Amino acid sequence: MQTPIKTITILAWRNLWRNYRRTFIMLAAITVGAWAMIFMTALMRGMVDEMIKDGIRSLPGHVQIHHPLYRDDPSITNSLSAPSKQLLTALKQDDVIAWSTRVRVPAVISSERDSRGIILVGIDPVAERSITNTADNISEGRFLTDKLDNGLVIGAALAKRLDTQPGKRVVVMSQDPDNEIADRGFRIVGLYQATIEAMEENTIYAARDTVQKLLKMGDQISEVVILGKDYRDVSTLTENIKSAAANDTEVLPWQELDTYLGTMLKVMDGFVFVWIVVIFLALSFGLANTLIMAVFERVREIGLMQALGMRPSGILYQFMLEAFFLLTIGLGIGNIAAVASIKPLESGIDLSVVAEGMAMMGAGSTLYPALYISDIILANIIVIILGLLTSLVPAWRASRYDPVEAITKT
Amino acid sequence: MSIILRLAWRNLWRHKRRTWLTVSAMVFSNVLLVFMISLQLGTYKMMIDNTLNAFSGHIQVQHHLYNDDPKIRYSIPEIIQLTGQLQHALGSDAVSARASAFALASSEQRSYGIQIIGVQPQSEFKVSTIPGLVKEGRYLSDPYAEEIVIGKVLARNLKVKVGDELTLLGSGRDGSFAAGIVKIAGIYESGLTDLDRGMVEMPLLYFQQLFVMENQGHAIVVNVPDLFEVNQWQQKIIQQIKVQPELLALNWMELQPGLLQAIQADMSSAWFMYGILIILVAFSVLNTQLMSVLERTREFGITMALGLKPGKLARLIILETGLMASLGLLLGCLIGFLITLYYQRYGFYYPGMEEMAIKFNLPDRMYPSASWLSVLFGPLIVYLFSMLATLYPALRLYFLRPVDAMRAA
Repeated sequence: MQTPIKTITILAWRNLWRNYRRTFIMLAAITVGAWAMIFMTALMRGMVDEMIKDGIRSLPGHVQIHHPLYRDDPSITNSLSAPSKQLLTALKQDDVIAWSTRVRVPAVISSERDSRGIILVGIDPVAERSITNTADNISEGRFLTDKLDNGLVIGAALAKRLDTQPGKRVVVMSQDPDNEIADRGFRIVGLYQATIEAMEENTIYAARDTVQKLLKMGDQISEVVILGKDYRDVSTLTENIKSAAANDTEVLPWQELDTYLGTMLKVMDGFVFVWIVVIFLALSFGLANTLIMAVFERVREIGLMQALGMRPSGILYQFMLEAFFLLTIGLGIGNIAAVASIKPLESGIDLSVVAEGMAMMGAGSTLYPALYISDIILANIIVIILGLLTSLVPAWRASRYDPVEAITKT
Repeated sequence: MSIILRLAWRNLWRHKRRTWLTVSAMVFSNVLLVFMISLQLGTYKMMIDNTLNAFSGHIQVQHHLYNDDPKIRYSIPEIIQLTGQLQHALGSDAVSARASAFALASSEQRSYGIQIIGVQPQSEFKVSTIPGLVKEGRYLSDPYAEEIVIGKVLARNLKVKVGDELTLLGSGRDGSFAAGIVKIAGIYESGLTDLDRGMVEMPLLYFQQLFVMENQGHAIVVNVPDLFEVNQWQQKIIQQIKVQPELLALNWMELQPGLLQAIQADMSSAWFMYGILIILVAFSVLNTQLMSVLERTREFGITMALGLKPGKLARLIILETGLMASLGLLLGCLIGFLITLYYQRYGFYYPGMEEMAIKFNLPDRMYPSASWLSVLFGPLIVYLFSMLATLYPALRLYFLRPVDAMRAA
């Protein structure tokens, strides 16, 4: 006779509450475990997401085109010619959100007081606005207005180092393609701020055409930066650009431009998985223990049920269901607790006490937890599947008792 | 063996499987804790050593404004004499003077802005690993020579080799125009791109002449043999320089705040994880011990009726947990220690680590370092929490009424 599933469900549910103290302790353990899985994952995800967003902003873009030698030797001699017709067509496709051409060369900036080695970036201010957020982070003065602007925008930290301020003149010195020193005076029109101070100190912006004229490079550029739709999936975009770009250029997605950022994303995925499994393993001992005890206490009962005609499979289901209830209730509360504890933190956790340490890791000093549905699902699925596998052993043993022996067991 | 101890030991093995499962939970987290803490401590030590030994040293004497605002005019007067005085006072030759300035370096084909460091060739190798990392040519030797040692990436970018000349353009301390021609004596490779691309070294005496420094410099770098003695040394140095109130002695934590903070940030996230692990083990112990108390209610009722005090029974329960936790501690430490020892020898690696390692001046394999602290610290906390978890089941015994207890199912 097959015991109806409804009966088994009721039996399992009631069994769960027979020893309510034990059930509560186990529920508390599962809840803490589930909360920790999701909470910690959200924090780490948040950190890495911000790092990648910041990283992509300072690269900038998802895909870049360079002269093949430029990345190792960022000199003016390793420049590109302006985008060809074919490339322009590719850049007009739907998968390109924005693009811009830039000149980017090492240079020296001197104020009346001091000099520093920096990276001079010649930008198209209008196109740049949709790729980086420098224009939105001007702390003093203004951003560049157009390609012919004669002004210079430098980082607030650099301005402090150089003892200078908006309105003052500085000299920028670099080399032209013939290795002649090219220099000119610029008036500082604005200061910008960046999440990472090192960036503020080493990057200055001028209008692209002004820089091209200064460096006598015609309409040559150092790089084309392209922003796609989603940073997680840039392979098609890279392929499209690669097939349209000239043969003697190097087209690379951000993961390869900044390998640290690229691996961070993979390392994070690995970390989330390992963390969930470790927590589960720590839980599994208690779970197995609870079930073994439950089986042990009820040996006589199991014998009786079998004697009354319940099939071994009915016993197995009963214990598996008990474990399933335990897991789902624990996970449910854990999930709610995790979401509830992350929500109030979404406006950002202030980590400025360790700001310089975070900068070493390439992260800003505010942590925005990122709750991913996929992580929550992953955590729940792992716990349920592994939890049921763990329960299988005691449940199976329970179903294998010999009714006569079991019923007489004291 | 006292009777209560024997009783506790036997009670433990009444439910073999349950006891082993609980012990396994402890062993699992103990092994993890031993390995992770050893790995952390090993990594931190390597991070600190590699970063400090490469260049910055453990303590630096500087002008009090220089660290926040490294300008050429914030300098130390009579730097060579002061360095000698410190060497004498500290009884150490790991003390070396430096000066630093910015200049534009031009080869025949290229120009780059670089940081020039003036060093004392005879003592620099005691405070920095860079002299030992010269891969082509040689390190500086003559303190007056107009020569320079540059990084590998810079050499490639400037397209120069050992023996070539570089033109340097900068400004002197007095604001005058500083220009010189130097010969490349050697090329070093530190593996730290920032250094290899942008930092060069030349003899201090020539540096002072080139940048009109008049026997001044910017830092006296001191290397301390043991990280734990840094504060002591710092105090001694402060004694020596207190006649010059404009000077400061900064230790590595003040020089490289990012390093300590990165460690702190990593520590706090690691301890959050360890804490969760420990709490889960404590729940496991609580569950087991509560069950073991509840199922023995009748037994306890009888023993109490026979005159045993609840305090004695509570001690029994606590002793049972103590035995179980000791077993977990012993096995956990042993297995954890062996695993750590293995990786201490062969190194630990996971994919994607090289990129992260470079950021923190680490080699591409990590070596945990097992010590009494790293092996015992985590497991002892697990032990402590296991004992705390027993308090509830043990205290329940005080509220047990023998008559009711004997009737319990």
